[in-house]
Amino acid sequence: MSNEKSIEKTVTPRYCRAGDEFLFVELNEEMTLEAFFRSISITQRLREMALPGIIEICPANASYQVRYNPDVISAGQLQEALEGLDREVAAQQVRTLETRVIEVPVLYNDPWTHETLMRFRDHHQDPSGTDLEYAARINGYDSVDAFIEAHSATPWFVSMVGFVAGLPFMYQMVPRERQIQVPKYLRPRTDTPKQTVGIGGCFSVVYSVRGAGGYQMFGVTPMPIYDPAGDQPHIDDSMIFFRPGDIVKHRAIEREEYDALLSAAEAGNFKPRVAPFTFDLDAFSSDPDGYARRIKEVLYEH
Amino acid sequence: MSIEVIKPGLASSVQDKGREGNYHLGIPPSGGMDQRSLIAANLLLGNPEGAAVLECALMGPELRFNEARNVSACGAEMTPRVNGEVQPLNEVFNVPAGATLSFDFVKAGARLYLAIEGGIDVPERLGSRSTYTLGSLGGLNGRTLQAGDVLNTLPAHAHAHAHGHARLGRSLPGSLVPAFSKHYQLRVVPGLYAHRLIPESHTRFYEEDWSVASEADRIGYRMKGGSRLSFVEREPPFGAGDDPSNIVDACYPIGSIQVPSGSEPIILHRDAVSGGGYAMIGTVISADMDTVGQIQPHQKVRFIEVGLKEALAARARYQQDLELLRQMP
Repeated sequence: MSNEKSIEKTVTPRYCRAGDEFLFVELNEEMTLEAFFRSISITQRLREMALPGIIEICPANASYQVRYNPDVISAGQLQEALEGLDREVAAQQVRTLETRVIEVPVLYNDPWTHETLMRFRDHHQDPSGTDLEYAARINGYDSVDAFIEAHSATPWFVSMVGFVAGLPFMYQMVPRERQIQVPKYLRPRTDTPKQTVGIGGCFSVVYSVRGAGGYQMFGVTPMPIYDPAGDQPHIDDSMIFFRPGDIVKHRAIEREEYDALLSAAEAGNFKPRVAPFTFDLDAFSSDPDGYARRIKEVLYEH
Repeated sequence: MSIEVIKPGLASSVQDKGREGNYHLGIPPSGGMDQRSLIAANLLLGNPEGAAVLECALMGPELRFNEARNVSACGAEMTPRVNGEVQPLNEVFNVPAGATLSFDFVKAGARLYLAIEGGIDVPERLGSRSTYTLGSLGGLNGRTLQAGDVLNTLPAHAHAHAHGHARLGRSLPGSLVPAFSKHYQLRVVPGLYAHRLIPESHTRFYEEDWSVASEADRIGYRMKGGSRLSFVEREPPFGAGDDPSNIVDACYPIGSIQVPSGSEPIILHRDAVSGGGYAMIGTVISADMDTVGQIQPHQKVRFIEVGLKEALAARARYQQDLELLRQMP
């Protein structure tokens, strides 16, 4: 990971006109933390510029997208502005992001995702096992517990929010050779319990609503992350809890704690553990393990 | 003023012009899929052009009005009836107190827009009254209508009310009534991940007839019947997934066409999933998105490759049409 920066400098953004209202920018064909950092840095600056005619600014894992009104700003003018921001971001000496560290409690191996994954066994690569057993095996862990430990011990970067309302895509903050990777289901499921924690490719997610899905399912969190009814005090008027750039630390919990936290959430009384944090990309890249320990300290020293 | 839902229809939902500024958090614009018909229905009545209306897909609802109200129905051809008596499309008519408004089976088009004097009164969520069913947001309880629901309307616009009587019978000029067909052309700006297709597949995509699958809703339209598209062989980029149609999960533009595993392209519409891991090969131009919303399952589509210049010219013509609606006598 420490030599990512020098490799990335050679990647030129690919600007695509998507119809007459969208400009789509691919920063890297591969997922890298560098590409994500570039995406969030450019889109944050674009938001601050408050250019007339800009309707939506959407950072993503290794790309971003802008919706604009071509009657106000042309695709060419917009691209010029984005190229300027890209140069500005590339030239920065200090690469930091003001963000927060968030703990997500997870009941792994829970009864609800278990019931669901058994229903869709014929959609899966390994019909004879569970998603956890499959993921543990293909990632070289000798037990489900060891896999759960690997998923919950390291921090994850929220590198995109979307698919459906408020769903976070998270990228594991460990060197690439240690990143968990699992294929998606062979055929998508038509059902996934709300607040399911799962992985597809290299991304961990929390399903914000019940519905279709193709990621391997590992557990559920009692923490509300999407609040269309507006009754969760930890979620603001946007109705969405996560933001791109958030850093997440999962924590394995037992059934008893899950039930208590769920009751709190249902009473509009859930209090997530959150700490403000300044993320430094170069400090992280030079010592990922040490930096991960620091992130945990920040979360638990409050 | 309240309206009781006797039968909900196939997929009737409250929609307006939609919400902006939340797509980066996964909340799509929503709003009427055929904006022009939504605006026409409102303007006929003297409502603000973006007032909330009912979007009725393929099979209309049956509604009982407990007070008299002027209404107008634009878009798909589903003959309205008041207590069984035929009423005109694209023209203001009155539903008397206690009367039942129903619709015949759709003859052409896919979505009818029923505007009611004053506009439908549901709470604004994130700046819009539109229903986003996947997120249980907006509209009436975040979902399509169900039997037994009660819809309220806002007081009629003062101006519209004063002219209410005069507006009865007011109709869309013939030149502004949409023409429906069974074979549509949709203009597409190619790009995004089109370079991932082998050249023969790229050419063929625009040369074949596609037909709309039964999975055609507000999220997206799935197309069938064309040849399977092949992608250029490659080593999968880290994080993208093994299928050749996979990309590192990215944002999906509204109108973008994705091709999961090379078969059955999907055009995303106003309730789009905001991102995902399938390569998109182009984007339907904004001026043709209303048309997409009026295509029925099993009807034919041909994709036409255009450049940005043509897309902008079509956009200008679309806006001229909206201006004509606004200047309607």
